[in-house]
Amino acid sequence: MSPATALKSPANAASGDTASNGIAIDCKGVTKHYGSGSSRVTALRGIDLDVRFGELMMLVGPSGCGKTTLISVIAGILDRDEGQCKVFGVDFNTMSAGQKTSFRGANVGFVFQAFNLLPTLTAEENAAIPLMILGESRGSAIKRSRDMLARVGLGDRGRSLPSQLSGGQQQRVAIARALVHNPRLIVCDEPTSALDHETGHKVMELMREIAVGPDRTLVIVTHDARIFEFADRIAKLDDGMVQSISNGKNVTSNAAK
Amino acid sequence: MIRVALQMLVGDRLKYLGLIVGIAFASLLISQQASILVGLAHQTGSFVRDTSHADLWVMDSEVRFSQDSLSLSDNTLLRVRGIEGVQWAVPLYQGFLKAKLPDGTRMTAIVIGLDDATLIGGPPEMVQGSLADLRQDKAVIVDYNALESKFMMKRSGGRPIRVGDNLSINDQDARLVGTYRASQSFFWEPVIYTTYSRALQYAPRERKLMTYVMVKLKPDADVAKVAASIEAATGLKARTNDEFIALTRDYILKETGILINFGLAVGLGFIVGTLIAGQMLYNFTLDNLRHYGALKAMGAGNGTLVIMNLIQALTVGVLGYGIGLGLGSLLGQLVASAGLAFRMPWQVPVLCGVAILIICLIASALSITRVLKLEPAIVFKGG
Ligand SMILES: Nc1ncnc2c1ncn2[C@@H]1O[C@H](COP(=O)(O)OP(=O)(O)OP(=O)(O)O)[C@@H](O)[C@H]1O
Ligand SMILES: [Mg+2]
Repeated sequence: MSPATALKSPANAASGDTASNGIAIDCKGVTKHYGSGSSRVTALRGIDLDVRFGELMMLVGPSGCGKTTLISVIAGILDRDEGQCKVFGVDFNTMSAGQKTSFRGANVGFVFQAFNLLPTLTAEENAAIPLMILGESRGSAIKRSRDMLARVGLGDRGRSLPSQLSGGQQQRVAIARALVHNPRLIVCDEPTSALDHETGHKVMELMREIAVGPDRTLVIVTHDARIFEFADRIAKLDDGMVQSISNGKNVTSNAAK
Repeated sequence: MIRVALQMLVGDRLKYLGLIVGIAFASLLISQQASILVGLAHQTGSFVRDTSHADLWVMDSEVRFSQDSLSLSDNTLLRVRGIEGVQWAVPLYQGFLKAKLPDGTRMTAIVIGLDDATLIGGPPEMVQGSLADLRQDKAVIVDYNALESKFMMKRSGGRPIRVGDNLSINDQDARLVGTYRASQSFFWEPVIYTTYSRALQYAPRERKLMTYVMVKLKPDADVAKVAASIEAATGLKARTNDEFIALTRDYILKETGILINFGLAVGLGFIVGTLIAGQMLYNFTLDNLRHYGALKAMGAGNGTLVIMNLIQALTVGVLGYGIGLGLGSLLGQLVASAGLAFRMPWQVPVLCGVAILIICLIASALSITRVLKLEPAIVFKGG
């Protein structure tokens, strides 16, 4: 796991530049195509976007507009075709697959729409996975995972299997898993769309409360207008481009009118 | 992450058990069939092994196996006795003769005639009577273990023959004076021992009747040298006990197709095992692909995932191997106690273990390619 830590320091150093203007993620003219020939689909056609430290950025827009594609590029699990994209001053396109994997392990936390918890592992084991991937011993990983579960309000459910938890509880386990290794970037794709309104609201309150911090950036993809109010800023995508960027609360009040 | 891999595996009860059962089946099939093959191969040498009182067997140069019964001329015995290094040499008759039980049940038996003076070449152990009883008039002895089967008088209600019964061999009278115990033989025909001279009376008139000359060497004589001089002097073949056992085994395995048949069965076990395990592990991995994708996204490298997959394959491999081998040897004890061929020398578990290991590696290699090709971006795809 040494490449991960090795990567973390130059990234930190680089982010020193951007930290002065507070920029954590810096994308310019990012394009992405799927397939080739007649079946070629252009998912992103020149995305300009920056996300600051301490910020919760939401990506919204109609289905198929490229939200998932963009967040995948930002998280380093999908290669862009053209343009520039730096995350903490680092460009994924200059890294080997192994380096990207290590970078993600050390710097990125994921929350998925379908939770993606391992069904045969308990909540505390699931939430400990990022630490174990980083090479931490099982014992201390579980201990830290228990603390994190307590912070998401599941202190007493550490030994439960995912199937014994409600959807909201499972998503809270997923949030604990995304936070347990204290990553600088957290990406979430539709974190509330598998939950009912009230549960989704609570999950977002929890995110705001414990995930947002001065050294951290959150990027959340959603088309659930009811959670827009939790955003600091909202980037509206359409047809592979950023149409507008606005302040979160503004959008909410506009929508309310 | 090793523990995580095991939890993923064990948590999916049905697939886990299926994998173990599949590999256990392959392990059972491979070890079982290989052991029967080894057992059969061993049994082809039973007669020579039981009759290894001397150092060399002198036989017709065309003899291919121990029951081939090609005869030698009478003066062979004298010529062999005259060779340097020979301490003693005795004749042995062996032939397939027609026998009839008291009730008229007919059979073909292997009749063995032992040197009248010394009775050398007899069975390893007597059960009823003694070998010396063969010196009585018309005396023969039979295999105790065959009493209930081959020597059963099926025509008169089914009683085995017993000491004192009169049989006939080639329409001449014989009287049962004892029974012996010998190793289980590959050859089906029941074996009847008598003296050399009486065997010659039973046998159809032929010019030559001696089958083997058994040769004991002087203590300081060199086996290879004496064998070579015997062959040079007589134009016959001289073989040590071990050589004769090997000659018989190789011939039988090849000529009967046993080697090919059991080899195929072992190969089949291997192929079936590979298919079952490969396809089950592949399915298991496919079912978990989403999770592997998530692990990949969260920073688990290909190396970690390969190790996880290998751990899963080897775990079911070791368990399946153990269960299959255990069942195999248990079943083997049963069939062996029923007198069937079954032998499991250490080479069989080792061979079986190597086969299972290869099966697991193939199965793992098949499924791991899917994990390696997996784009971590799929974690955000679909519900
Ligand atoms: N693997 C792929 N192969 C081919 N085309 C793809 C692939 N993934 C996405 N696309 C296409 O790229 C475009 C953008 O997809 P993307 O998943 O980023 O949209 P989205 O905004 O996340 O939509 P949704 O709100 O439905 O999740 C769509 O037209 C989609 O059909
Ligand atoms: Mg999407």
